[in-house]
Amino acid sequence: MATPMQARAADPAGTARSDAIVEVRDICKRYGDLEALRGINLDFERGKLTTLLGPSGCGKTTLLKIIAGLVPATSGQIRINGRVVTGPGPERAFVFQDFALMPWATVLRNVGFGLELKGVPQAERHRIARHYIGEVGLSGFEEKYPHELSGGMRQRVGIARAFSVNADVLLLDEPFSAVDEQNRRKFQEDLLRLVDKERKTFLFVTHSIEEAVYVSDRIVLLSPRPGRVSQIIEPAIDRTAAPDVIRRDKGYLDVVEEIWQGLRQYAE
Amino acid sequence: MTLFGIRIPMMTSLIFWALVWEIVGRMDVIFLIPPMTSVIAAGIGLVQTGSWQSATVITLRSFALGMAMAIAVGVPLGVAMGRVKVVDNIFGLWVNMFVSAPLSALVPILMILFGLGETTVFVTVFLFAVWIIVLDARAGVMQVPPSLIEMGRCYGASRFTIFTKIILLSALPEILAGIRIGLIRGVKGVVIGQILVSVIGYGELFELYSRSFDMERFWALTIILFAAAMLLSAAVEHFEKRIEYYAGAR
Repeated sequence: MATPMQARAADPAGTARSDAIVEVRDICKRYGDLEALRGINLDFERGKLTTLLGPSGCGKTTLLKIIAGLVPATSGQIRINGRVVTGPGPERAFVFQDFALMPWATVLRNVGFGLELKGVPQAERHRIARHYIGEVGLSGFEEKYPHELSGGMRQRVGIARAFSVNADVLLLDEPFSAVDEQNRRKFQEDLLRLVDKERKTFLFVTHSIEEAVYVSDRIVLLSPRPGRVSQIIEPAIDRTAAPDVIRRDKGYLDVVEEIWQGLRQYAE
Repeated sequence: MTLFGIRIPMMTSLIFWALVWEIVGRMDVIFLIPPMTSVIAAGIGLVQTGSWQSATVITLRSFALGMAMAIAVGVPLGVAMGRVKVVDNIFGLWVNMFVSAPLSALVPILMILFGLGETTVFVTVFLFAVWIIVLDARAGVMQVPPSLIEMGRCYGASRFTIFTKIILLSALPEILAGIRIGLIRGVKGVVIGQILVSVIGYGELFELYSRSFDMERFWALTIILFAAAMLLSAAVEHFEKRIEYYAGAR
């Protein structure tokens, strides 16, 4: 789609309310006979990191893609900054589970691709791209191709690309699922630093309870088939502490346990 | 390559069989196999003759024209089939039928349609090469990762931009592989077409040499053709390798 299709929300009260940047209203999604999502209502606060957590098949990725405008909802509305959206738009950027990097393009071109599509002049987009390549810790790899990088490094490229377009909302679809465990922890720490620094709104999909508790301000638990909001948890963990301290913190462990108790009924 | 722990140079097998040929030829077992050395000598003489040179020009011309047509038709058709369901439904059956059909059987019909001349050979080359180019282009376009297309949509690419900047580039390795196999099939097409028509180009020469039992020249021409086909394939493969850096990474 060339231009994002946007319209004023029909309901002015919705636009006036609070500082929710993303509003999900009565979203339902059916694939034929399969009901993937049923009546989802959620507000995502500006500047917060919210995680959608749930067992596989609970529609968390579908919900993220509906918010991204990549998948149409069967019914319901998505509002971004108070405006109803029906397609992708420049205020949202997506980080893909399988990275979605162009294998024929260098890291620099991949990171700058969002800007390239917007028609930003080359010098400018290279400057921005280099900045974010540095921010995700990939300085020196600008001229490398994706296949020369490890999975973790490729996802850093995907994240740098999402940051480059300066969107308000970053949508991350299981960004670390293809990254090995050691790199994953380092990656989570780096992500928290970027969340703190960039002051953007993050919507994060994961199936890892520990990851969700570690990075999130708010966790939305979804139940499977059809996906519904089953519980919302705000971990309230002091993130100024060192990562290793957090991971041994009683509050952190309690939240992990609480979520596990909520989800274990769905485990086979 | 190593054999019993001893490293064997690349051309060994070629040299070995050339030697066997030479020995068999010298033993004068059968007139069909003259010694390798006299075949090579005949080849050197052959390339200097006017008849070989004009036959080569004719052959190259029909080959180049047929291949150009096959690529010009095959790639767009394959891409269209990969992207548009209707086009795929219309052409899919035919392409799959022709890709495995014994097309040599059609050449006599082509001769009736296009006469005993270059046109028939040109059409034969086209028919031999085009189907595999279509199929590979189609496969390349169909296996573009969906997330790459979503990525394009997400970052505001128009449908046209997604097509040119993502789909075509992503399919390029398969498209080139199809063209390479198409070239090899095209060489078969040009030879079979000319032999069946048998009054122009290499077909005329083959006909002449085999009928006059001029085995040295017959083999020399065969070897030249084999070498040309292999060189052509190697050239495309070299070009493919240069873009393969990403083909393997998907």
